[in-house]
Amino acid sequence: MAALRSVSRLLTRRALNTTVKRGYADDMSFTFASGNQVYYSAQAVKQVDVPSFSGSFGILPAHVPTLAVLKPGVVTVFENDGKVNKIFVSSGTVTINDDSSVQILAQEAHPVENLDAAAARDVLSKAQSQLASASTDEAKAEAAIAVEVGEALVKAVE
Amino acid sequence: MLGRFGTLTPLLQNVQIQQQQRGMATLKSISIRLKSVKNIQKITQSMKMVSAAKYSRAERELKAVRPIGDGAKQFYEKAEIAALPDIPQKLVIAITSDRGLCGACHTSVARHIRTELNKDNQNIKVVCVGDKSRAILQRIYGKNIILACNEIGRLPPTFIDASKLADAILRSDYQFSSGEIVFNRFRSVVSYVTETLPVFSLASVTAAPKLSVYDSLDDEVIQSYLEFSLAALVFYAMKEGACSEQSSRMTAMDNASKNAGEMIEKLTLTFNRTRQAVITRELIEIISGASAL
Repeated sequence: MAALRSVSRLLTRRALNTTVKRGYADDMSFTFASGNQVYYSAQAVKQVDVPSFSGSFGILPAHVPTLAVLKPGVVTVFENDGKVNKIFVSSGTVTINDDSSVQILAQEAHPVENLDAAAARDVLSKAQSQLASASTDEAKAEAAIAVEVGEALVKAVE
Repeated sequence: MLGRFGTLTPLLQNVQIQQQQRGMATLKSISIRLKSVKNIQKITQSMKMVSAAKYSRAERELKAVRPIGDGAKQFYEKAEIAALPDIPQKLVIAITSDRGLCGACHTSVARHIRTELNKDNQNIKVVCVGDKSRAILQRIYGKNIILACNEIGRLPPTFIDASKLADAILRSDYQFSSGEIVFNRFRSVVSYVTETLPVFSLASVTAAPKLSVYDSLDDEVIQSYLEFSLAALVFYAMKEGACSEQSSRMTAMDNASKNAGEMIEKLTLTFNRTRQAVITRELIEIISGASAL
C-alpha cells in the first residue's frame, strides 16, 4: 500500500514538473547571484548578454544548454518590462540547463552605475605596476588577472 | 560545559559533609563556589549576546548566499552526474570551525564522516575545515586527513576563504572521482540538519551521459567551471555552517545560563542554611558555656 502510494506520488510529482516546464518553455528562469548580493532569483527575463572566455554571447529563452566561464565585464539583463540592467562582474560561471533555467554565479558583482571612474583607473594602474614588479610566475599570473579586471572596469565605466 | 560541573556537584557535597564539622570553612567554600558560578553565568550570558549578534548577521548573509549554492548544485543535478565506478576514491570536506561551546554541531559533522570512514577507510580522504573536526577525527583517522585549515569562525567566511580552500584542494594532487561537502544546513534558530553537497571531478563530469546535451564544451571550460563551482559550493556550505553554529551556540549558552541560575539558587539556599547553622551552633556554645559556669 505504502509503495503504491509512493509510486502514485511520484507520478503526480512528475505530472507537476511537466506542467511547470511547459509554462517555462518560452520563459527563462534566471538566477544571478554573487558573493555579496542576489540580483535575480528564478525570475523571468527577456534576454541576458554575458561576457565569457569563449566570446560574449546573448541568452534568449530556450537557449541550447551550455556551460561557460565568465570574463571580467558587464552582464546586461533585459527585463520583461523593457528595463535594461547593467552589472559588472569580476569572474564566475554561466550555466544554461535544458529546462531553460539560467544561472550566473559571480564572485563579485556590482551595478555599473555604482562604479567610480577614478577608482577604476586607480585599480588598473595599481595592477599594472604590480604586474611590472611581479617576480614569480604565480605573482605575474595574479597581477595579469588584476590588470584584466582593471581594464574591464575602466571600459565598463566609460 | 556545565555537564562538567554536574559531575562535580556530588563531589562537592561529600566535601561539604566532611567540612561540616569545621563550620566556618564550609561557609567560605560555598561562597567561593557561589561567586565562581555567578561569574560563569555572566560569561555564558555575554557569550549568548555576542552569538546572537553574530547570528543575526550570519542569517542575513546566508539569505544572500543561498541562490549561489542552489545554482551551483543544479548543474550536477540536471546533468545527472554520477561517480565513476572504476575510481572509488572519494573526497570528504568537513565544514566546522575552530570554536566550541556550540552544542553538538561540530560533533554531528564529524560523526557523519566517522560512520562513512568506518565503512571504508581506504578510499576516503578528508579535508578538515576548522580545528574542531580535525581534533575529533585525527585520533582514529589521522591518516585519512589530507588537509586541515584553521582560523575559521572568528570572522564570517568570505568568498576569498572559500576560493583559497578550493585552490588548496585542487592542488593537493589527490585523484578523486566524487566527493561530498558535509555541513550543517541552517533551518531555524533552534534546528539545523547535517547534510551533504556533492562535488565531482573533471573525469566524472565528462563521463556523464547527459553532458552531450550541453553545447560547445571543451575540457578547459569544464575544468574552470568546476573549479569555480567548487569554490561556490564551499562558500555556501561555510555560510550555512557558520549560521547554524552561531544559532546553536546561542541556544547552548542560553541553556548554560539557565543551568547556572539553577545552581546559584541552590547554592544560595545552602549558603544561607549553613550560615544559620553556624550562628545557631555558636549561640549554643556560648549559652552552654555560660550555664556551665
